Amino acid sequence: MADLETFRKETRVWLEANCPPEMRQAAETEDDTCWGGRKWTFQSEGQRLWLERMASKGWTVPEWPKEFGGGGLSRDEAKILRNEMRALGCRSPLDSFGIWMLGPALLKYGNEAQKRTHLPKIARGEIRWCQGYSEPGSGSDLASLQTRAEDKGDNFVVNGSKIWTSYADKADWIFCLVRTDTNAPKHEGISFVLFDMESPGVSTAPITLISGKSPFCQTFFDDVVVPKQNLVGELNKGWGIAKYLLTHEREMIGGMGMNGARHRSLGEVAADTVGMDDGTLGDPLLRSQIASFEVDSWAFSLTLDRAGDMAKVGQAHPAVSSVLKYYGAELNKRRMELMVAAGGSEALEWEGPRTRDGFTVRSWLRSKANSIEGGTSEVQLNIIAKRILNLPGA
Amino acid sequence: MALVLNSEQVMLRDNARGFLGKNAPIAHLRQLRDGRDPTGFSRKLWKEFAEMGWAGILVPTEYEGLGLGHVEAGVVMEELGRTLTPSPFLATSLLAATAIARAGSEAQKRAYLPRIAAGDLIATLAVDEAAKHHPEKSALSATRSGTGFVLKGAKTFVLDGHVADLVIVAARTAGIPGEQRGLTLFLVDGKAKGLKTERTPMVDNHNSARLDFENVSISADAVLGQVDAGWNAIEGALNVGRAAVAAELLGAAEEAFGRTVTYLKERKQFGRVIGEFQALQHRAAFLYCELEVSRSAILKALQTLDESFDTAGPIVSMAKAKAGTTATLAVQEAVQMHGGIGMTDEFDVGFFMKRVRVGQELFGDSNFHADKLARLNHY
Repeated sequence: MADLETFRKETRVWLEANCPPEMRQAAETEDDTCWGGRKWTFQSEGQRLWLERMASKGWTVPEWPKEFGGGGLSRDEAKILRNEMRALGCRSPLDSFGIWMLGPALLKYGNEAQKRTHLPKIARGEIRWCQGYSEPGSGSDLASLQTRAEDKGDNFVVNGSKIWTSYADKADWIFCLVRTDTNAPKHEGISFVLFDMESPGVSTAPITLISGKSPFCQTFFDDVVVPKQNLVGELNKGWGIAKYLLTHEREMIGGMGMNGARHRSLGEVAADTVGMDDGTLGDPLLRSQIASFEVDSWAFSLTLDRAGDMAKVGQAHPAVSSVLKYYGAELNKRRMELMVAAGGSEALEWEGPRTRDGFTVRSWLRSKANSIEGGTSEVQLNIIAKRILNLPGA
Repeated sequence: MALVLNSEQVMLRDNARGFLGKNAPIAHLRQLRDGRDPTGFSRKLWKEFAEMGWAGILVPTEYEGLGLGHVEAGVVMEELGRTLTPSPFLATSLLAATAIARAGSEAQKRAYLPRIAAGDLIATLAVDEAAKHHPEKSALSATRSGTGFVLKGAKTFVLDGHVADLVIVAARTAGIPGEQRGLTLFLVDGKAKGLKTERTPMVDNHNSARLDFENVSISADAVLGQVDAGWNAIEGALNVGRAAVAAELLGAAEEAFGRTVTYLKERKQFGRVIGEFQALQHRAAFLYCELEVSRSAILKALQTLDESFDTAGPIVSMAKAKAGTTATLAVQEAVQMHGGIGMTDEFDVGFFMKRVRVGQELFGDSNFHADKLARLNHY
């Protein structure tokens, strides 16, 4: 414990000395946090410095081993780092799917060469990754995917199409599920491969969502040559990796809306629009919905903490990510419904500086995808029923 | 503190589960009810419970208790919730012991705490006066008379009030109903002259009473804590009760849920077990999520009482609010998914619905606590 206290003090001192002032203001737009990659343009010198300094300590990926660009911190130390960053209001130095999804999968399933090649570049923000999972014909039934990788000696040749590839147009590399055996049962003919998005035959087209512009793309592969050394894990065993990575994605979506800089609370927004009446909100029905939401929201944030603590002592159920994903997604949708209800007509403005181009209304619309992406809420409930409750034939 | 039970707490849970499963399963509650037992609980069981040390779970060791914390008290409450056991534990060992240990003089602690720990004294806290919980509105008056006081008024929903040897009563010595200031706690003998007790049999067959104070004279040394400044002691004891009832609700909800999931795997209709139907699977899975989320809230509330007692109010309110709605859903689903048999008195699942409804009401229901949180957050 004394060591942790020392670590806390040293961390605070270092952050105070090294976090540029402009990186201590709440991020308002997506680009306020660095996503890295070959195409990234730093918004400011502060953003560049902050990434460089944090990466040099391995603190963009605090818990990864030092040899792969991580900080080598224990779970407790990483928690202290997070808390100290929050206390100072530090932005994340680097956000990426490489950190959240591919990295953990490579650490578990990648070979030595793959870890040495890819992990340090993720940690330093040099390569930005996107995820090739869903296909136009394979949504909830992901394992039915049809993108093919044919064996051509030293290489695979990939043909097909992926959809909902976030930031495919900005990403440098893709981690992608492909079918390598068309005769095997659907879960047993899938492999997990990595390739450069600049490879000949890769093209992307943006998708506009109901919320307006979006990071999503459809991605097309036309005879894309992928060296076999980029196969992660064994041939036809990609589904296990895919599921492992999905648990990380689900926890990430589940935790959304629970961390980061908080904007105004629902109570504050509603107080402005409906006014106060003798110390309580002027709209008692809205007030009651907000209050019951806040009870659930607080209880859920503690559940994220408890899930972490249980994982640490080996008590976590392997399907707990489905609980977190389901609950977090539904909660975030509820929060956004209340946010537009509290905001009234002002929150419905789509454009203009007063609403930061309809930030609330667009976030509300975007939140509807929370219970679809990363496995729908219904799929999560199926998983809980089958794997946790052991109900038959789900 | 990590949000998991440590190994001693797990051992306590297993011991309590073993003890209650053996000595006080739901058949025990049924027997007390059907025999129309006038006390509504088993003194023999309570004595055995005390021999395990649990009656003094929160009583400091220097007063012959176990000196454990609120997490441990919650562990025992959760197990009492699973078996729906009527027990003086909540009123005596948690509410009264907290009030005396935190507000009492050395003489008061010496006089009562060892007897509570030994299972020799049944005690309770009397706060509510109306159908809905609202402690600030206490109006029962304590008027100075000579060197002592005279109590006049009535209390309701007093746990174990008809069998309590000692009643700790919240009375108004100043101010007006609605104000926190001006409330004082008094220690009153359960057999005091002018104190009329009436057992109020409730839907759950646990113990509750109405107490009428018809000019009950008490001496000055019956004051627990400070005159006019009893609010913190009242709220402190109530918060322990709220977190404890939240744990009990969780135990009852989990047991009802476990029985329901088992039933879904056994009951056949249309030629297959009903647990194959996705309509039921999704409701069961949703309920599982709610139970997990509630467990996190309750454990954190209990830990907060241990670590920072005086600032635990908000998180205790959150946990009680969450436990109430989750347990309500759990017992409703339990009866519905059991179908017709769930409606029969012969089948146990209805007992969970009855106890949960009372637990929801006890020390403020989910609406009371959500409202309290909203006020704390200025809306």
